Amino acid sequence: MITPEMYRALGLSDKEYQNILNLLEREPTVTELAMFAAEWSEHCGYVSSRNLLKILPKTGKFETLIGEDSGGIIVDDLAIIFKMESHNHPSQVEPKQGAATGVGGIIRDIFTAGARPIASLNSLRFGPLSEPYNKYLLHGVVDGIQFYGNCLGVPTIGGEIYFDESYNGNCLVNAMSIGIAKKDKLARACAFGEGNSIMYVGASTGRDGIGGCSVLASHEFSEGDAKRPTVQIGDPFMEKCLIEATLEILSTGYVLGIKDMGAAGLTCAVSEMASDGESGIDMELCNIPLREKNMEPWEIMVSESQERMLVCVKAGKEKTINDIFSKWDLNAVTIGKVTKDKIVRIRDRDNGKILVEVKADILTKAPIYNMPYKEPEYIEKINNFEINDVPEQKDYNIVLLSLLKSPSIASKEWVYEQYDHMVQLNTIVLPGSDAAVIRLKGTNKAIAATTDCNSRYCYLNPYRGAQIAVAEAARNLVCSGAEPASITDCLNFGNPKKPDRYWQFKNCVQGITDACKFFNVSVASGNVSFYNENPKGAIYPTPTIGMIGIIEDINKVCTQYFKNEGDMIILLGVSMEEFGGSEYLKLVHGLVKGNAPELDLKMERAVQLTTLEAIRNGLVNSAHDLSEGGLAVGLAECCISNKERMIGAVINNLNFDIRTDALLFGESQSRIILSCKEKSLNQIKEIAKKHKTSLQIIGSTGGNRFIISDNSNKLIDVSLEKLQDIWSNALRRDIDSGN
Amino acid sequence: MKFLRFGVVVFPGSNCDHDCFYVLSNVLKQDVKYIWHKEIEVRDVDCIVLPGGFSYGDYLRTGAIARFSPIMQGIINFANKGGLVIGICNGFQILLEAGLLPGAMLCNKNVHFICKHVYVKLLNKNTPFTNLYKKDEVLKIPIAHNEGNYYIDEKGLETLKENNQIVFQYCDNPNGAVDNIAGIVNKEGNVLGMMPHPERCSEKELDSQDGLFIFKSIIGGI
Repeated sequence: MITPEMYRALGLSDKEYQNILNLLEREPTVTELAMFAAEWSEHCGYVSSRNLLKILPKTGKFETLIGEDSGGIIVDDLAIIFKMESHNHPSQVEPKQGAATGVGGIIRDIFTAGARPIASLNSLRFGPLSEPYNKYLLHGVVDGIQFYGNCLGVPTIGGEIYFDESYNGNCLVNAMSIGIAKKDKLARACAFGEGNSIMYVGASTGRDGIGGCSVLASHEFSEGDAKRPTVQIGDPFMEKCLIEATLEILSTGYVLGIKDMGAAGLTCAVSEMASDGESGIDMELCNIPLREKNMEPWEIMVSESQERMLVCVKAGKEKTINDIFSKWDLNAVTIGKVTKDKIVRIRDRDNGKILVEVKADILTKAPIYNMPYKEPEYIEKINNFEINDVPEQKDYNIVLLSLLKSPSIASKEWVYEQYDHMVQLNTIVLPGSDAAVIRLKGTNKAIAATTDCNSRYCYLNPYRGAQIAVAEAARNLVCSGAEPASITDCLNFGNPKKPDRYWQFKNCVQGITDACKFFNVSVASGNVSFYNENPKGAIYPTPTIGMIGIIEDINKVCTQYFKNEGDMIILLGVSMEEFGGSEYLKLVHGLVKGNAPELDLKMERAVQLTTLEAIRNGLVNSAHDLSEGGLAVGLAECCISNKERMIGAVINNLNFDIRTDALLFGESQSRIILSCKEKSLNQIKEIAKKHKTSLQIIGSTGGNRFIISDNSNKLIDVSLEKLQDIWSNALRRDIDSGN
Repeated sequence: MKFLRFGVVVFPGSNCDHDCFYVLSNVLKQDVKYIWHKEIEVRDVDCIVLPGGFSYGDYLRTGAIARFSPIMQGIINFANKGGLVIGICNGFQILLEAGLLPGAMLCNKNVHFICKHVYVKLLNKNTPFTNLYKKDEVLKIPIAHNEGNYYIDEKGLETLKENNQIVFQYCDNPNGAVDNIAGIVNKEGNVLGMMPHPERCSEKELDSQDGLFIFKSIIGGI
């Protein structure tokens, strides 16, 4: 007998339960109820978001593949598969395991598609480090990522980290992975062919992670230990063996479909493989390897124990699969058969009694809700800002140093040195430049990848902020010499049932859509994470963009730091009198106000095309995108980000027709700093002219100081040692302070 | 160039096996095969590579479980007959656990995993692994480990020094290793263990090519 307390505890509403009764025309069994609750959760069913996500472009200039659990693009005979996914709530509760299993889960999505994982990235957001719990979170999350990723032998090549009060009580951990496969060797995540076998492979099933998707990920949560048991525990060694064994079985040709048991575990894998293959599955619980005694059938069905997969194998070939898994000392057991009646039928382990008998479609077709939305009240208040509301600064050296010290801007060396970023021998641009670059062995090409989102802009103006996230990701890739190709989006928002949060979500999705269409890049995969709230409100809307780009010639890769003394320094793009949403306004004036920076997509494209063409013609020695901290911070980074060879700069030809602080620290979009030999200048000017890009020669490289002057008046004059010391060590010092 | 037969041992959890294989076969055009850890004998190879990674997940202690793999007895026999064995990172840790090299590994002094380029100084060029380097050459080479803090007691250290067994020393000690030790050979000189990864700096596309001469020395020396 199902009581309202039971289904509500599993996260189902009265209306949803009524809906289940109508669909089944009877009361569900306990196991069925648990399965519905999992499949119809926000996390698995995308019930509040599916309606809007439809508008994201599925095509772009590169041929795009949309798979069941991931997506990718085709480059020659290779498929490049990639996806980003959130693991926010688990990480807030138990940072090490939360982050570790986030990495494990996203990597499984890649290799179940038949692709070998070749790189990982991440996007992390925490409250300020002045709070001890945030320090604990940062330590735990970084430890979890290194613990899992390093063991797997998948290099963690890039990412971003921001610190802001809005993430107090709800950190964000978004993990991205990239894999490659021959394009004709990709695997599907479906079950088909009557009589074929359904095999369970990998780790055994325990009680860890029960309710992970329906309870932990699909509701707001208040901090506390009570939900810790809903966080999964990761075993990277098991996953490493699982990667090798999986790629080995896929190469046999006997595997018809394969799916990771991620959120909602076996429930999701069985019902979605059946539904996507337009088949049924008849299985018994008797053979499933269990790590705990007396597990109830419903617990087995929704457990989120890690490192497990479901495989559909050609009848008669089970032994081949078994042999490969036993070579790797992993479980592989046949638990059922494919049927043609499209019904998921599950039998009890003791007596063969039928516990579940539901049409696969009913389970997987979660309801779609049209959510009400309304512009939040804060928008009007906060956008009401004039630049003259804040006074000019007197000492720009101090401003520059305090920006370089800000943990969101400072070097992330303390973090990325803990990640193995070189294994697999492909990382040709190491972490610390605008985008990470990995070569594709056996070709002359490389992939550039980045993750990006300035969520403060999205808070001030969700539509434009989301467009900027796409534009900036593309700009980062272009600076490495790559053509932007495709994105994965990881959409982190507050409670979708609150109309002001949903308004943010709707506008961000529209912004991503319009920007991607403009740049002709597809959205190959993505993930939505709602309910990111703390007692004070929602997090800033954070639509993290993971973008990959293609570098045609591995010898034409560019990095952000200056290479030679005596090179010319060029500013592409236009600096406007604006600093709404800037790090400067927040850090120096303590304000989060104004509008997000202006964005003219045509100008953005012109700047990117100019940069890319100049790099491809071998004219450019360095290229760096301007973002947080603006022109002064960007130039300083060009001077100091190659620790082994710092090169100074003298900037003496800026246009001071706007307020000096806006010029130095404003965050106008669509700007890139290039450096080049003097003899390349004319050619670069020609290219800029062709694309109608504003170009200005603002100074030259050399010496051991960073100087910006207005005529004879030095506005900024700091030694490189000092800049480097502050920028490189700020994060480490913040972490160590108070311990 | 001569053609040697290399065997790259694969333990469950090895993750630099493909990298070592790639450098030896694709960059250096040698004859390379994988040796599965469940094999018992080492056959038809001139040099064995124990690659980096997390054999058995580094559970219990790095290298502590791998040393009980069936192949280890074969490797010990191969080494005792004078065969060349190179252990890189986790491979070094396994050689220590198996007793083919003296000493032990502790957790890095800063208790973090460290992945970065470091500089190491060559102390002994009279080994089959280093004979093509210049005397006292300094190599730029990546490390990537959590337990690279080499430990040996004073008496053991004296013995290493007396026999010229210290091959590489860190210029700027990243992990707390005794006497800045980054790599050592056994007394006979045919077994090398090193924490830095030469396979990660053996191609022009990567940040450094200083590791290449380790493999070239092996190939040239036999």
